[in-house]
Amino acid sequence: MKNTTQLAEKVEGEPIWTRFLRATEIDARLLGMIAALALIWVGFHLYGVIINDFGAFLTPRNLWNLSVQTASIGVMATGMVLVIVTRHIDLSVGSILGITGMCMAIMQVRILPEIFGLGHPMIWIISIITGLIIGTVIGAIHGYLIAYHGIPAFIVTLGGLLVWRGVAFLLTRGETISPVDTTFAKLGGGPYGAIGAGASWAIGLLGCAAVFWFMIQGRRTRARFDFPQRPIWAEGFVAAVSCASILGLVMLVNAYPWPKGIVKKYVAENNIDTPINEIFISHGFAIPVLILIAVGVGMTFLTTRTRFGRYVFAIGGNPDAAELAGINTRWVTVKIFALMGALCSLSAVIASARLGSASAQLGQLDELYVIAAAVIGGTSFAGGIGTIYGAILGAVVMQSLQTGMVLIGFDAAMQQIVVGSVLVFAVWVDTLYRRRAK
Amino acid sequence: MDKKTTPLIEAKDISIAFGGIKAVDHADVDLFPGEVVAILGHNGAGKSTLIKILSGAYKRDSGQILVNGEVADIANPRDAKKYGIETIYQTLAVADNVDAAANLYLGREILTTYGTLDDTAMEAEARRVMGRLNPNFQRFKEPVAKLSGGQRQSVAIARAILFNAKILIMDEPTAALGPQETEQVGELIQQLKSDGIGIFLISHDIHDVFDLADRVAVMKNGKMVGYAKTKDVTKDEVLGMIILGKCPPGATPGPGASDS
Repeated sequence: MKNTTQLAEKVEGEPIWTRFLRATEIDARLLGMIAALALIWVGFHLYGVIINDFGAFLTPRNLWNLSVQTASIGVMATGMVLVIVTRHIDLSVGSILGITGMCMAIMQVRILPEIFGLGHPMIWIISIITGLIIGTVIGAIHGYLIAYHGIPAFIVTLGGLLVWRGVAFLLTRGETISPVDTTFAKLGGGPYGAIGAGASWAIGLLGCAAVFWFMIQGRRTRARFDFPQRPIWAEGFVAAVSCASILGLVMLVNAYPWPKGIVKKYVAENNIDTPINEIFISHGFAIPVLILIAVGVGMTFLTTRTRFGRYVFAIGGNPDAAELAGINTRWVTVKIFALMGALCSLSAVIASARLGSASAQLGQLDELYVIAAAVIGGTSFAGGIGTIYGAILGAVVMQSLQTGMVLIGFDAAMQQIVVGSVLVFAVWVDTLYRRRAK
Repeated sequence: MDKKTTPLIEAKDISIAFGGIKAVDHADVDLFPGEVVAILGHNGAGKSTLIKILSGAYKRDSGQILVNGEVADIANPRDAKKYGIETIYQTLAVADNVDAAANLYLGREILTTYGTLDDTAMEAEARRVMGRLNPNFQRFKEPVAKLSGGQRQSVAIARAILFNAKILIMDEPTAALGPQETEQVGELIQQLKSDGIGIFLISHDIHDVFDLADRVAVMKNGKMVGYAKTKDVTKDEVLGMIILGKCPPGATPGPGASDS
């Protein structure tokens, strides 16, 4: 391989592996996480094959469900990254999810149908907007107390955890509100809440196009300022792997067909003559997964390409320096918590839509899974370090463990023991890695 | 210095107390364009506190700050920057986990037409400024936490230059640097002087700053001992001011001067 640029230049005594990572600019931690995830997946599958004679984990059906179940935690974990990066913590996310889920359910079940009539398209839209506003305001209140009154985030959000759960309970005296609006319910996934094969392919191809666009754009800006380019083989490799994963994902979600019952109903409603056994209707991407992807892209943009994101990381690295540099650190803190609140209400949409109802218990203990996802994803409690994709991967890891243990028949007590141990283990490994990297 | 021109900055009767301890007690200090004033004193003399008031990091209890002869309202670091006051802190105040370019532009990022960060433009500009200041500096992609003390200092100084500071406050500017880097800072100060920038140098070590400064202002126990042009006094006399609070004949005594 001929090297064309500095990044690909050979350094004496450098192993080929290090050189590969340097040239492609791939984060070694990311590879480690993907390897861990692969290990978990294959492990659970093989366990199923050996013990139960049936590997249920690596099936389109399970992985599709896994993706839907990850969405709610994943959305909140992206916000938790910013909170932890600035050396705060948010224990109230589960309760904010509960209260906003409850408010949205009350809006669409009790209040709005009386104004618009049942099934009116404005119902789900207004409900969600209401939820987002309430979540943002609650988050902003937390942020205000933390930033302008100096109350530690741990205390403010611990209080929030109790207060908002209590309010959610009081709103309906503990009743569960259902059923949610039918359009709203699609945001939670299920056969009707998936976009089908064609649209999934379109999204996949769009993703691939984006990969190439970013690659070309990156090369262009580097060329404009005479910066060293990545070698072509490295660019090509990254692009190929990215596109292959995207298209692989599309094939996976398209390989999971609608269940027989739903198909039967669909056939009856649409007067189709083909025998049911010959009909294969793909799920495609579930809407909550698309929401997670959109949030992931949006939050990545926010953290890496905007002033706000830059300030968040600068504050996390050295709060005093950030303040002295003229950053309004308090206002940034308020914005971070407000954003966290908004993301909680978005998760509330997914969670309550998936269940088709909202109970006062919705989102209980989610704060722990969200924090665990962010931390497993490489967000450092020391501040200043963390990535959005890491947190989403962390959420996938957490959910994979949960799902896997359910599939192989571990009971709840055992699940808690495993999840807790994995969390501590993951952070320990991360600490070792960072110490070595220094 | 020609006292008829208006000072760039003039602090009058500044006081601040922390829990009953008067860290700065009715201190006056001024600075003219193209002048270097060294503020000297022992650890705890109040010099760092005084400049933190000028740079907006602390809020004064009483007193007045005039910039170009007009009363300036400085309540936080952002206000100070509006008046062209840039500070390089003793603690090497850089954001540790972002790279040099991000530090140079922290708080005043270059944005693209879409309102997003223009990292490439910032890096290109950072390379230009750092090239002038510290030609050996090459580690633009790494978080500044991984840089040496001198490199971090040059990032901090480059940051101030980049924003066309009119008044530059340097707190122990060379304390963390090797001899070569110290010399570079000295050359840099001469260059900034010729551009008409006023510089406060804060140090407890007279040898660091005596040759660079046009005037010295000596503090002891929060009070001003006295002021002197460096050409009118010797290092030993200034040392006497720092240690004993004794004002030599060539100096103008302040409220903190001992009577003996």
